[in-house]
Amino acid sequence: MRRGLARQRLVALFFAAAFLFNYPLLSLFDRSEQVFGLPVLFVYIFGAWASVIALIAWTVGRRKG
Amino acid sequence: MISAPLVIAVSFAYLLVLFAMAYFGDRRAEQGRSIIANSWTYALSMAVYCTAWTYFGSVGRAASDGVWFLPIYLGPTLALALSWLIILKMIRIAKAYRITSIADFIASRYGKSHLLGGLVTIITVIGIIPYIAIQLKAIATGYALLTHDSVDGFRAVHETHWFQDSTLYVALILAVFTILFGARHLDATERHEGMVAAIAFESVVKLVAFLAVGVFVTYGIYNGFGDIFSRIQAHPEYARLLSFEGASTAGYGGWFGMVLLAMFAVIFLPRQFQVTVVENVNEEHLRRAAWLFPLYLLLINIFVLPIAFGGLMHFGVGSVDPDTFVLSLPLSHGMEALALFVFVGGLSAATGMVIVETIAVSTMICNDLVMPWLLRSKRFSRSAHPDLSGLLLVIRRGAILIVVLLGYLYFRLAGEAYALVAIGLMSFAAVAQFAPAMLGGMYWRGGTREGALAGLLAGFGVWVYTLMLPSFAKSGWLDPAFLEHGLFGIELLKPEALFGLQGLDNISHALFWSLAANIGCYVFVSLMRAPSALEASQATLFVDVFKREGATATTLWRGSAEVRDLQQLVARFLGQGKTVRLFREYARQRGYAGINSIPADAGLVHFAETQLAGAIGSASARVMVASVAQEEPLGLDEVMNILDEASQVRAYSHQLEEKSRQLEAATEELRAANEQLKELDRLKDDIMSSVTHELRTPLTAIRALSEMMFEDPEIDLVERKRFLGIIVSETERLTRLVNQVLDLAKIESGHAEWHNTDIDMRELVEHAIDSTRQLFSDCGAELVVSLPEQAPKLLADRDRLHQVLLNLLSNAAKFVPKEGGHVRVELVSDDREVRVEVEDNGPGIAPQFLPYVFEKFRQGGDQRDRPQGTGLGLPISRQIIEHFGGRMWVESPPGRGACFAFALPLNKMRSDSADAEQ
Amino acid sequence: MGNKILIADDEQNIVISLEFLMKREGFEVSIAVDGEEAVDRIRSEKPDLVLLDVMMPKKSGFEVCQEVKADPDLAAVKILMLTAKGRDTEVAKGLALGADAYMTKPFSTKELVEKVRSMLAEG
Repeated sequence: MRRGLARQRLVALFFAAAFLFNYPLLSLFDRSEQVFGLPVLFVYIFGAWASVIALIAWTVGRRKG
Repeated sequence: MISAPLVIAVSFAYLLVLFAMAYFGDRRAEQGRSIIANSWTYALSMAVYCTAWTYFGSVGRAASDGVWFLPIYLGPTLALALSWLIILKMIRIAKAYRITSIADFIASRYGKSHLLGGLVTIITVIGIIPYIAIQLKAIATGYALLTHDSVDGFRAVHETHWFQDSTLYVALILAVFTILFGARHLDATERHEGMVAAIAFESVVKLVAFLAVGVFVTYGIYNGFGDIFSRIQAHPEYARLLSFEGASTAGYGGWFGMVLLAMFAVIFLPRQFQVTVVENVNEEHLRRAAWLFPLYLLLINIFVLPIAFGGLMHFGVGSVDPDTFVLSLPLSHGMEALALFVFVGGLSAATGMVIVETIAVSTMICNDLVMPWLLRSKRFSRSAHPDLSGLLLVIRRGAILIVVLLGYLYFRLAGEAYALVAIGLMSFAAVAQFAPAMLGGMYWRGGTREGALAGLLAGFGVWVYTLMLPSFAKSGWLDPAFLEHGLFGIELLKPEALFGLQGLDNISHALFWSLAANIGCYVFVSLMRAPSALEASQATLFVDVFKREGATATTLWRGSAEVRDLQQLVARFLGQGKTVRLFREYARQRGYAGINSIPADAGLVHFAETQLAGAIGSASARVMVASVAQEEPLGLDEVMNILDEASQVRAYSHQLEEKSRQLEAATEELRAANEQLKELDRLKDDIMSSVTHELRTPLTAIRALSEMMFEDPEIDLVERKRFLGIIVSETERLTRLVNQVLDLAKIESGHAEWHNTDIDMRELVEHAIDSTRQLFSDCGAELVVSLPEQAPKLLADRDRLHQVLLNLLSNAAKFVPKEGGHVRVELVSDDREVRVEVEDNGPGIAPQFLPYVFEKFRQGGDQRDRPQGTGLGLPISRQIIEHFGGRMWVESPPGRGACFAFALPLNKMRSDSADAEQ
Repeated sequence: MGNKILIADDEQNIVISLEFLMKREGFEVSIAVDGEEAVDRIRSEKPDLVLLDVMMPKKSGFEVCQEVKADPDLAAVKILMLTAKGRDTEVAKGLALGADAYMTKPFSTKELVEKVRSMLAEG
C-alpha cells in the first residue's frame, strides 16, 4: 500500500518534469529578461531541474514511503 | 604547447592508475569485499553516459545552439525518475534469468530467438561503431591540440600514415585494457567489478576536470556568471544564443524529441544497460542513483554555457572549433597544467565509454552472433571440443579487438566529415529502436517474435534511410542527389523530409518516423497471431517478474535429463572447476548431500540453462540444454493452464501459509495455556487431596471417640476425660488448618492485607523469642541468641514477620532432641539486607527432601516423626518473605541439624511495599 | 472370639480410638506405628486381621499390603485398608493390591465393627 504510494509519486514526478521541461511551459520563460543578472530561461531550466532532482531524492530516499 | 612525450607519459600514467583501480577492484571482489557494492559507485558508474562527445561536444553545441545542449541531460533525469519502476524491473528480470545484454534480453523475451538476438546485435554494432569512433577522435584531437603550436595544426594528424597515427595505438591500448578487465575470465553473470570501479573513478576525474576548467573560465578569465552573460549580450551576433527559439530551428517538437531520445538512450545504450542493469550489485543502490546521477549531470553542465560564451568572445566565430574550447581556452591563457588535466578528463570520458561499450557489444557479438553460428555448424560436435570456455574467451577478446578497430577504421574514414554531436545523436536514435520491443516486452504479454522482428527491422530501416544514408551523403560517400530530390526523384521520399514532414530537425524527424514504423509494426504484427507457448511463458516470466520470482520457470519445463549430461554441458562452457563449484552450491542450497544426489528435475535443467545463458546467451543456452535433455514440448493451452494454475496456487498457498502460520501460533498459545491449566489442575488436585487428608485425619479421631462415648455409657470417667482432651486438641488442629489454608489462599491470590510499618528487626526478633521462651524451656532446649547492637529499620508488615519468626522458632523447638537440645538464633545485617538464621541440632533434613521443604503439606519429607503441624507453616512463611522481595532457604548438612534462614533486602523494601499497599 | 487384630496407623489419636474400640469388642489388639513395624508384627504375630492405614512413614499401606499378599505364609491375614484420601483411584489401587476391604476415614465405628466381624466370619 505505502510502497505503491512512492511509485505513484515517482510517476507523477515524471509527468510533472516532462511538463516543466517542454512546450508550452518552457516558452513562458523564453524572454530577454534577467534574474540575478542571468537569462531567465537558463535560470528556469536549471532551477526546475534541481527541484526535480531534489524531489526524486525525497521520494526514493524515504525507504518506507 | 605541451611536449608530446609529456602528454603521452601523463596519459599512460593515468591509464596505469585506472589499471590499478580495476585490478584492486577485481582482487577485492575475489575476496568477497566488493568496493563497488555501494550506491555511490553505482551512481558514478552510470555517469559513463557522459562521454568525450559531451565532454567536448556540449560546449560546441552550446556555442552554436545555446540552451539546446541540455535535452541530452534532461532526458536521463526524466528516465531516472521512473527508474524505480522500469530499471528496477529490468534488473530483476536480468538477475532472475541471467540476462547479460540488451540483445539477450529481447531474444529471451520473445521465445529465446537467435534471429532477434542477432538482429539486435547488428543494429547495435552499426549504431555504436561511429560513437566509438568519435571517442577516438576526441582523444586524437585533444592530443593534437595540446602538442601543436597552432590550434589549427592538429588537422595534420589525418595526413599521417596509419602506423604513425597515435590514435591507432590509443585504440589498441584501450582494446588490451578492455580485454584484461572485461574478458580475462568467464563469469556466468558477466559482472566486472574492477571495470566498474575504474569507471566510477573516471567519472570523478572527468567531473572534477570539467568543473576546474569551468571555474577557471568563469572566475579566472571573467568575473563570474553575471559578467559573462552581460558581456555576451553586448555582442548582437550572439544574442540569439540566449533565447530558445533563436538558438535553433528545431522548435519545441525538436526539443521534445531530443528529451525523449536521451530518455531512451540512458536506458537502452549498451554501456548504460551494462553498468545499470548487468553490473548492479544491489537493487537498493538504485534509490540513491535515481537522484545522484541526475545531480552529476546537472553539475557537469553548470559551466557549459559560460565556457561556450567565454570561448566565443575570446576566439570569435570560426577561428577555433568550439568543441575544443575546454582545451584551447586554458592553453591560450598559458594554463598548460590545467589544459593537461582537462585532457585527462576528456581521456577519462573517452576511455570509459570505449571500455564499457566494447565489453557490452562484444558480449552481444559473442552470445548472439558467433555462438549461434558455431552451435549450428557441423564441425562443432560435442566430442571434438570438450571444454569450450577457452574458446568463449577467445571469441570475446576477438570481438573486443574487432569492435575497437572498427571504431578506429570509421574514425580514419569519416575523419572530419561530420560533427561530433550529430554522430552521438545518431547512435542514440539507433538504440532508441530497442525501446518498443524492450518496454513492450516488460509490460505487454501480447508481443510476439515476429512482432519484435518486424518492429526492429522497420525502425532500423527508417533509421538507416533517414539518418545514416544522409550522413554518408553529407560525407561525400554517396551521391547527395537522393537527399535533395528523394529516392528515384520522388519528393515524398526525401530522407530528411519523409512524406513531406517538415519543421523538425533531422534527428527528431528520424526519431518520429522510425519509432512510428517500429511501434506500428511491433504492435500490428504481434496482434496477427496469438503468442506461442514459449513466447507466452517467457512473456509471463518477464511481465510478472515481481510476482513470480524464479519459481514459475521450473513449472514450465517438462521432460527428462541426466545430471551428468547437464554438468558436462555446463562444464564445456564454464570450465570444470567452476561448474563443480556451481553444482555443489546448487545441491547445498536445495539441501542435497552432493552433486550425485541432485534429482535431474525441471529445477536442475532450469539452473543449468540459466548458468549457460550467462555465458552464451539465453537462445544458445536453450539449444544446448535441448541437446542433452529430452524436453516434452508444452502446448499453448498447457502453458496457459500452468501459468493460470501457478498464479492461483500461489495466491492460495500464500493465503494458506498465512492461515497456517496464524493457526500454528494460536495452537501454540492454546497448548501453552492448556499445559498451564493442567499443571494448575494437578496442583489443585494435589492440594485438595492433601487438604482432604489433613481434614479427615483429625475428624477420624474425633468421630470415633465421640461415637464410642455416645453409644457406650459405661466408659469410665478417666477414659472419657482423656478422650475429650484428644477431641479438643484435634479440633484445635482442625481450626489451625482451616485458618492457614485460608491465609495461604489469600496471600497467593494477592488478597492478603498488609499493614506496613517501620520495623526494628532487632526488637521484633527479641519479641518472637520472648513469645516462644516457654516452648523452649518445655522441651529443655538451650537457646543462643546473637543480635547486633543496632539493626536497620524495614518497612514491612510487623505481624506477618512475627508469624514467620514464630514458625521458624516453633519448628526448631519441635525438632530438637529431648536431651541436649540446642537452638541458635542470629540476626545479621549489611548495607543490602537483613538476615535471620534459626539453627537447631535436630535430626536435620535428608538431602533428597531438601527441595520439597517449602512445598505445601510436605513437612520435611519422611513422615516418620510427623510433628503436630499442618504442613503449611513454611510455605506461608516463604510466601510472606518473598512478598517483601526477600528469599528464604534451608541448609542441612547431614548430621548437623537444620538451619532455616531468610533475608530481606533493605533498599528494595520501600518501593515494593508501597506497591503492596495500593 | 479372641481374634487377633493389628492396628497400623501413625496417628496417635486414631490408634487410641481404634484400640479402645477393638478391645471393647473383645479382640486381642496389637499396634504398629509405621509400615516396617506393621510388616514385622504381621510376620511374627500372624494376626487374623490388620486395620491398615495407607499414609504411613517408612512403608505405605499399599507396600505393606503387597508384601503380605505376596507371602503365602500370611495368606490367612485379612487386610482392611483405611485411608483419609477418599479418591476412587486409591480404593481401586488398594483392592487391586489384594486388600480384602476398604474404608475411608472418618468412618462410623458401628460400620467398622460390623465390617471387621463379617470379614473374620468369612474365613
